Amino acid sequence: MATREVAIGSSVGLHARPASIFVQAATATGVAVTIAKAGGNPVDARSILGVMALGAKNGEVVTLSADGDGADAALDSLVALLERDLDAE
Amino acid sequence: MSELHATLSGIGVSAGVAVGPLVIVSPPLTAPPNEAPTTDAAAASQQVRDTLKAVADGLLAKAANADAHAKPILEAGAMMAGDPGLAGAIDTQLQTGKGITNAVAAAVDEYCAMFESLGGYMAERVTDLKDVRDRTVARLLGQAEPGVPSLTTPSILAAVDLAPAETATLSTETCLGIITSAGGPTSHTAILAAQLGIPAIVQAAGILDVPTGTTVALDGGVGEIIVDPSAEEQQMLQDRKARREKALAAGSGKGMTKDGHPIQLLANIGTAADARKAAVQDVEGVGLFRSEFLFLDRDTAPTVEEQTATYTEVFEAFGDRKVVIRTLDAGADKPLAFADLGHEENPALGRRGIRLGAVRTDLLDDQLQALANAQKATGANLWVMAPMIATRQEASWFAERVRGIGLPKVGVMIEVPAAALRSFDVLSEVDFASLGTNDLGQYTMAADRMQGELSALLDIWQPALLDIIFYACDGGAKTGHPVGVCGESGGDPLMALVLAGLGVSSLSMAPSKVRAVRTALALHDLAQCQQMAAAARASVGPKEAREVVLSMADPVLHDLL
Repeated sequence: MATREVAIGSSVGLHARPASIFVQAATATGVAVTIAKAGGNPVDARSILGVMALGAKNGEVVTLSADGDGADAALDSLVALLERDLDAE
Repeated sequence: MSELHATLSGIGVSAGVAVGPLVIVSPPLTAPPNEAPTTDAAAASQQVRDTLKAVADGLLAKAANADAHAKPILEAGAMMAGDPGLAGAIDTQLQTGKGITNAVAAAVDEYCAMFESLGGYMAERVTDLKDVRDRTVARLLGQAEPGVPSLTTPSILAAVDLAPAETATLSTETCLGIITSAGGPTSHTAILAAQLGIPAIVQAAGILDVPTGTTVALDGGVGEIIVDPSAEEQQMLQDRKARREKALAAGSGKGMTKDGHPIQLLANIGTAADARKAAVQDVEGVGLFRSEFLFLDRDTAPTVEEQTATYTEVFEAFGDRKVVIRTLDAGADKPLAFADLGHEENPALGRRGIRLGAVRTDLLDDQLQALANAQKATGANLWVMAPMIATRQEASWFAERVRGIGLPKVGVMIEVPAAALRSFDVLSEVDFASLGTNDLGQYTMAADRMQGELSALLDIWQPALLDIIFYACDGGAKTGHPVGVCGESGGDPLMALVLAGLGVSSLSMAPSKVRAVRTALALHDLAQCQQMAAAARASVGPKEAREVVLSMADPVLHDLL
């Protein structure tokens, strides 16, 4: 199991547009990635409803996890995405 | 004459004539309670996934043709329909043996409950989720998806009422007219139709019984609908349309009565994009800039810098023309994630408008600072007013804050009858007032604006409302400070004459209505307007008031309605 921790870079949090960009990117990796807040249950990173319901705010740290082939590369690309302020782009 | 031929009537809310095929907007279907239980969960699961895919594809196809405002709403819906988490939650429901549409409804309702508990932005997504549910349930039942279908030929839409998301996708090219069986003159549909200049009628009983595809003619000025019109009837309506165009083409420039008494003609706007569109029209400025759009749909309050940038954009569009802005008007019915004062039993009577501003002075002061910055940068002719003022003390409190920050003109909205009755006191503290006739009607008649069944009480011709407006103008005149109108009533050419006669000095409306109002004013002397106002106030009811004023008006005015 590969995991990464990253602080949300988007100023509005992982919401609205940033959430859809993230979910689209997670789906595009083809890997089953989960996302969780500290102490919370992991949710499917390909589920817009699950990701929005996390309510991860700007600066909050989330944990990404995945298994199998391509897991590390997928997580690295998603970490790089979450670090950016997606709402401002 | 065919057996379909009939004449229906409703309340005209957006003037103009249209003829075209009727398209009925299907109402949402609910999951049937007596549905057969699911026995083959795997097969049902596949069927649900195929259906969700079809719903998502349909929304994406609509998004491809939608404008910048509607596009993200539709794309977000498509993404929800394609959500693997949602499909999984439906599977869980199917495994308990629930019928297929009931499983969809139960899974969506779970998400809705979760989102509602999160509040703010998330709670607003519930509308999108329910839309996905209704589309999916309809498809599973073998019915057409609810809501406005993609119009391939120009058509007239009929519905119980249209939701904001539905009206977001309308275009003047394909939507010739709108008819609703519910809704009131101040409903969202009515306001939007007027803004777009689409002829519209609300409260038209019987329209939903007319089959889709039937040719229908409507006159949005008088509220008349002819089902399957004869050639003569179509010609009559077209003639009326031509006379209307001719009358409208006559005038331009500043608003005034025939004898030269000035009545400023201003535009109601809600966004910077509205401002750019309105600024190129023949209007004397902005009479109501609703600032809410800067605050809605977000988790944190807009910064002073962000607000300054938007206000600067609006002021630049209008140059030295007057711009009246209303400070933030939010409350329990228009909740803000960052300024939630909690649930209220009666939001219309609760802590909205200046009552919220008084608790969250940080929000108000930031907004005033941004307005002052933008005014300084542009030299705009800026007038700032507060919503929901009820007393002289509130007016004085607000005026002190606005003047303290260096803004030149301060005013109040008069929507509360108390402020209208004591307008001399209230206007002694400020430079101007603007009558919000929609809310003033709601509070005068104790009738909810959102309750279509009560629309008769909310008729702008109610003599009690005219009396209240008279008192507001009378008090204003004694202070020498102007009183304008920025409710929907200001855009009605006939009512505009009465308002002028009652002493109103400016009328603010959807820009598409300005031409008709300018023409109406130019046809009458101020003395005639005053006689009309007196006759309307002397009437026993709204119907009688309108009739007597119409009988006193110049015949050309009939063509403007």
